[in-house]
Amino acid sequence: MSLLEVTDLAVHFGGVKAVDGVSFHVEEGEVFSIIGPNGAGKSTIFNLISRFYEPTRGKIRFDGAELTALAPHQVADLGIARTFQNIELFDHSTVLDNLLMGRHRHRATHWVQDLLFLPKVRAEERAHRQKVEEVMEFLELEAYRDKMIAGLPYGVRKVVEIGRALSMGPKMILLDEPASGLSVEESQDVAYWIEDMRRDMGLSVLMVEHDMRLVTQVSDRVLAVANGKPLALGSPAEVQSDPEVQAAYLGTATAEDVA
Amino acid sequence: MRVVFKTSYDKDIDLHPDWWERGKIAVLLVVMGLLPFLVGEYYLAEATNTLIWALAGMGLMVLVGHSGQVSLGHAGFMAIGAYVDAGLMTAGVPWIIAFPLAGLAAGCFGALVAIPAVRMSGIYLAIATLALFVIIEEMIIILEPLTGGVGGMFAPSITLFGIDFDRYASLSNFYWLVLAIVALVTWGYANILRSPTGRSFLAVRDSEVSARALGINVTRTKALAFGLSCGVTGLAGALMGHYIAFFNYELFSIFISINLLLVVTIGGLGFIQGAFFGAVLITAVPQLIAILRDGLNASVGIDLGAVPGLDTLIFSVILVGFIIYEPTGLYGRWLKFRAYVQLFPLARREMFRRQKTYLKTERMR
Amino acid sequence: MELIQLLIGGVASGCIYGLVALGFVLIYKASEGVNFAQGDMMMLGAFVALGLVNRDYWALPFILGIVLACVIMGGVGYGIDRFVVRRIFGQPQFALVILTIALGFVLRFVAGAIWGFTPLVLETPFAGKHLSLGGLVLGYEDILTICVTAVLTLGLWAFFSRTKLGLAAQAASQNQMAAYIVGVPVRRINSLIWGLSGIVATIAGVLYAAKGAIDPNIGLLGIKAFAAAVIGGFGSLPGALLGGLLIGVVEPVAARYLPSGFSQMSPYILMLIVLTTRPGGLFAQIHAKKV
Repeated sequence: MSLLEVTDLAVHFGGVKAVDGVSFHVEEGEVFSIIGPNGAGKSTIFNLISRFYEPTRGKIRFDGAELTALAPHQVADLGIARTFQNIELFDHSTVLDNLLMGRHRHRATHWVQDLLFLPKVRAEERAHRQKVEEVMEFLELEAYRDKMIAGLPYGVRKVVEIGRALSMGPKMILLDEPASGLSVEESQDVAYWIEDMRRDMGLSVLMVEHDMRLVTQVSDRVLAVANGKPLALGSPAEVQSDPEVQAAYLGTATAEDVA
Repeated sequence: MRVVFKTSYDKDIDLHPDWWERGKIAVLLVVMGLLPFLVGEYYLAEATNTLIWALAGMGLMVLVGHSGQVSLGHAGFMAIGAYVDAGLMTAGVPWIIAFPLAGLAAGCFGALVAIPAVRMSGIYLAIATLALFVIIEEMIIILEPLTGGVGGMFAPSITLFGIDFDRYASLSNFYWLVLAIVALVTWGYANILRSPTGRSFLAVRDSEVSARALGINVTRTKALAFGLSCGVTGLAGALMGHYIAFFNYELFSIFISINLLLVVTIGGLGFIQGAFFGAVLITAVPQLIAILRDGLNASVGIDLGAVPGLDTLIFSVILVGFIIYEPTGLYGRWLKFRAYVQLFPLARREMFRRQKTYLKTERMR
Repeated sequence: MELIQLLIGGVASGCIYGLVALGFVLIYKASEGVNFAQGDMMMLGAFVALGLVNRDYWALPFILGIVLACVIMGGVGYGIDRFVVRRIFGQPQFALVILTIALGFVLRFVAGAIWGFTPLVLETPFAGKHLSLGGLVLGYEDILTICVTAVLTLGLWAFFSRTKLGLAAQAASQNQMAAYIVGVPVRRINSLIWGLSGIVATIAGVLYAAKGAIDPNIGLLGIKAFAAAVIGGFGSLPGALLGGLLIGVVEPVAARYLPSGFSQMSPYILMLIVLTTRPGGLFAQIHAKKV
């Protein structure tokens, strides 16, 4: 049984079929990418997995549990972490606090214990910090530890968001365009990190990305979608050479999509 | 400028990074503790009033400053605290039980109300709480057998372990009692802020979408913030009842809600210290106005007492000035001043320049 | 028959709530914030009209006085935005809430200082006149209120949905930076809308004053008008009017048929019911954020 199984997923907004009959599955320790032109429904698939949207039909099973029966915050408890296309960090907190907020699903103290700051709370805090420092070391964020997000450059914020997702200690991480807006060197870093996440942390990665070089470099399998419908599924090379995929890109694409 | 070297996680976890900071708080507490020996009865009463306002301000700060929800109805929760406390004590319950129950009642009511209210945001929530306030006010009048209605009710004086804490007969004792409660609540508040609970408040304030993705139950978190906020405000209300001794619903008017908002905004949103700065300002300004008025009357012969509503006008102008020129409040101004002194002579004006911001619609949630 | 009479009175006072609520919606459409001083602007508008029209003051002809009052209050609204509100441009909604609460106090002080705190009556040419329609008594001022409100709502609705300026104002509120980029003069439009809401407030104030005495504290009526705007959905002009009418009707009916005390609460209870069932009001304009 696969870690994530998406079966015949569909969501309609009014008359618009944003996602229409998409099925795929992600194995444990696999890097799986979704590509497609703008407006193809890639982020919508993420938002369906995060339970921000209610699917019109279809099933999403993760690690044996049916996601469509859960509330959005319960999805994280199963071990699914995600980042956002347009960076959704807590702007008025430090990098450290942002990462610590990622530890929320592991909190073991009640608010009454927090209020009194019992020794157990302190012990928990130490453990959270230990874990968060590991993530910071991995992503080389130490220099920004006590800096406010609001003052950080775009590239760093992008990394902090990945850090926050990793702090959750997930089984699977959903990366929504992790390399968009990054320089060539920075997106190369992202590629190495994705490799390490899979190899050292045993994570499964589900990624939406336009940068085909990054996709080919790290992905095991690729799903191409257009207009909410699946076009092709297979190895990066197979998908890229698929005539339907090429037509979708050339037919509707702008220059940036082909990149 | 001192540099703190962090050698263990505990440095970050502790409330204060070193003994210098701890010492400052200790000195402040000692001075506050010795206040009854230092000042006269009148100013001691004013200090008590300031502390009660600071307590209520902390209550609202949890909500507005740390979980990003606005309430215009906190006077109503103060009223609930005051009436429950006074009512229970009139029925013969000792203060030590009635007081926590008053806070609990206000807190539970707040959390209960919050469950539908958290679905609303921004303005809608502000107005819903305003409506709630009007309803509480009317209920107080309708429930005359319990609350004394328009006539008002008397808050019995506090006796604890045989010691008298009456607001008039033994003001020093009452002051110490209030000080102890305020210190305790401040400590608890600071604890919340450095623990997962406080972080979940901040998360909900800054991005609900992210908070959900991290596994934070937004509804529950907002309701908890609402409950804690109303609970603390209720405690302040109970003390306010004892401080005024004889009160009716008019004590907790809409202007109290507005003054509380003043306390948190002028004091500095998002900082515990802000509640104290704001409380000092709001209790000191009317005193200053009175002194100024007497002075003008005696020396120049201008009688400002004849102009009704002058106090509120001055308050409003101060408020407008703060919103326009120092949105971070008194505490923010203090932080800038401190940075200036620490970095002297390297500090430059541009360091504190505000970034230009543009408002986007809040209709997108 | 008694119920119908009650309803007509309710509709007339509902129109006034609706007009003040329209002012809220105007500002909300332009600045994406709530003007808590709207009730006080209505109060000031009524007093300015009174100062121009009443024989004890300037004794101008009624229509001329009202038009002048509208012009003056339009200027006051424009000035408030130009010199005060514009300074907090770009700050969160919360800042505007606090700022306008404070402004409300200032306006109240100004009115109190000029006209005093004893209730005054606006002299109107139609005071005390009424139409009798088969047992129903219709006051001229009630008929006028209903007609003026209907015309004004239609006019404003057309302004926002048909004219370039109206559309630009909506764009400005939804994304200031984007509106700038496409060439909308955001700040000037905001000031104009504030001026417009000053005029609407004056008309509401005059209609209110035509029915009874006024004092500087009538601005608190604004709280009820909030309830009206919220019930309607805050971004919607017809919604505001509908909310006002609902509240106007519910109040006298509750006073007649429910125990005392409930009529004061009824508008707010109505509002809370609407908000808990439809958090965005009847004509909701809140959409889910796209991530």
